[in-house]
Amino acid sequence: MMSEFWIILTGALVASSCGFLGCFLILRRMAMLGDAISHAILPGIVIAFLLSGSRSTLPMLLGAAVFGLVCSVVIESLRKQGVQADAAMSVTFTALFSVGIILVSLFTRQVDLDLDCVLYGEIAYVPWDTWEIAGIDLGPRAVWAVGSVFLLSLVLITLFYKQFKICSFDPAMAAAIGIPVSLFHYLLMGMVSVTTVASFESVGAILVVAMLIVPAATAYLLTDRLNIMLILSIIMGTLSSVGGYVIAQQIDASIAGCMTIMAAFLFVLAFLFSPKHGVLTRWWIRRQLKMRLSGEKA
Amino acid sequence: MNPPVSVRNLSVAYHRKPVLREIDYDAPEGELIGIIGPNGAGKSTLIKAILGLLPLASGEVRIYGKPYAQQRQRIGYVPQRESVDWDFPTDALDVVMMGRYGKLGWFRRPKAEDRQIAMECLRKVGMEAFANRQISQLSGGQQQRVFLARALAQDAQIYFMDEPFAGVDAATEKAIIGVLNELKQQKKTVLVVHHDLQTVSEYFDSVLLLNMRVIAAGPTKEVFNAENLQKTYGGRLTILPGNSGLMVAR
Repeated sequence: MMSEFWIILTGALVASSCGFLGCFLILRRMAMLGDAISHAILPGIVIAFLLSGSRSTLPMLLGAAVFGLVCSVVIESLRKQGVQADAAMSVTFTALFSVGIILVSLFTRQVDLDLDCVLYGEIAYVPWDTWEIAGIDLGPRAVWAVGSVFLLSLVLITLFYKQFKICSFDPAMAAAIGIPVSLFHYLLMGMVSVTTVASFESVGAILVVAMLIVPAATAYLLTDRLNIMLILSIIMGTLSSVGGYVIAQQIDASIAGCMTIMAAFLFVLAFLFSPKHGVLTRWWIRRQLKMRLSGEKA
Repeated sequence: MNPPVSVRNLSVAYHRKPVLREIDYDAPEGELIGIIGPNGAGKSTLIKAILGLLPLASGEVRIYGKPYAQQRQRIGYVPQRESVDWDFPTDALDVVMMGRYGKLGWFRRPKAEDRQIAMECLRKVGMEAFANRQISQLSGGQQQRVFLARALAQDAQIYFMDEPFAGVDAATEKAIIGVLNELKQQKKTVLVVHHDLQTVSEYFDSVLLLNMRVIAAGPTKEVFNAENLQKTYGGRLTILPGNSGLMVAR
C-alpha cells in the first residue's frame, strides 16, 4: 500500500512541477525548448556522476542545471545570429544528447547508469530507493528530489509572478520598464533543467517532455486566466498520475507510459469539451444559435 | 533646461545593414510630436533604440539630461499591437495593471490602489465596460486602447507610441486623440510614430521627418511641407494639386 502511495505521489509531483513550468513554456511558444533541455542535460548528469562517483541527487541537479543553461544559451546565440529557431534548437540538443550517450558508452564500467532507465524511467522502483540519514528512513529519494524542485519553482514563480507574466506576454515592455528579461528567461530554463533531471528516474527523459507540455496545454484550453491555468496544470498533472497508475495496475503495463496516455486523454477531453474553446462545445453553441435564429424567423 | 528626449549621433544597424544613421534630435517639451517617414525609414527602430531595446552602433540618448536607465519611471510605452500574442490568458484590466509593474519594484504586488488607477485608465479610453474581457475577444481597436490605457497607467512624463492609429476603428481613433489632447494639457511630451499624412497637421504640434537620417524636424507649420515630404519619401510620394494639398504616399 505504502509503495503505491509513493509511486503516485512521485508521479503527481513530477507532473505538477513539469506542468507548472510548462505553462510558461507554452505561453512563450517554447514548448519544444522543454524537449531540447530534457535531452541536453544528459551529459551534465553523466559528468556529475563521474565526478561525484555516486548517484546522489544534488551533483546531478547541478550538472543538469549547468547543461540546461548551456543548451539555452547556445540556442539563443545561434538564433540571434540568424539560424532559424527550430533548427538552432534541434542542432543544439541532439548534439548535447549525443555527447551524453557517448559519455555513457565510454564509461560504462564506472557509470552505473542504465540508459534505458534514463530514457524511459522506472517509477515502479521509486519506493525501494530510500534516503537514510543516521539509520532513519526518510522515504524515497525521488520524492525528496522531485518535491524540493517543485517547492523551488513554486516559491520562485510565486515570488516573481508579475515578472514571469509580463516577460511572457510582452518582453519589450518588460525590458522598457527595467525588468531583466534575460535573467528571468534563464531562470525559467534553469528550473526546467533541474525539474527535468529530478523527474528522470521516475518518468525518463522522453516522457518528461510530455509532462512538461501536456498538462499545461490542457490547462490552457480550460481557462482565460494565467493564475487559474497554473493551478489547473497542477490538477491535470495529479489526475494524470493517479489515473495512469490505476490503469497501469489494471492492464499490467508501464506506469510512466500510462500516466502520459492519461495526460493525453485529459487533453483530448479538454479539446473537445472545454466550456469556451472545446471543439464540440463551440459546435453545440453554433447549433443552438442557428435553431434559435430560425425559430425567430418562423 | 534639458529637453525631455535628446538623441546625439545615434546609429543603429541590423546585422551589418544600417537602419538609422547619425540621428541628432531634441524633442520639444510638452508637445505632441509625430514621427513621420516611409516604411523601413527606421521610425520604430528609433523608439526602440531610445528605450534601450536595441543595441546602439553609436551615439547616446538622454532623457531630461540623464541616461534612460535612470529615467524609466518617467516613460510610458505603447508598442505596436502586433508585437504581442493576444491569445495570452489574461483580461484587459490585468494588461493595464502591467503598466504599474515598473513602479512596484521587485517584490511588491499590485494593490487595490493600482487596480483603481488601472480602472481609471481604462475609463479614459472608453474601455471600462471591457475590464474583465479576455483580451483575445477584443477587437483590434479595443486592444489598441488597452495598450494606450496601460501606458497611461505608467503615469509617465514622456510617452512613446508606435503606430497607435494603425488599422483602428473611428471610436478608437477618437479615444486616442482625446487621450493625446489630455496628455498635452498635462504638459506631457508624446512621440507618436504615424503613417497617415492627411492627419499630421491636425494632430501634431511638431514633426520629425525621418528616412534613415533626420530629414527635417520642427513645428509642423514650418516643417511639414511638400518639399520636405518629397525629400523624406523620395519618388514614393504623389502630391495632388488643389487646396486640400492631398498627399498620397506609396
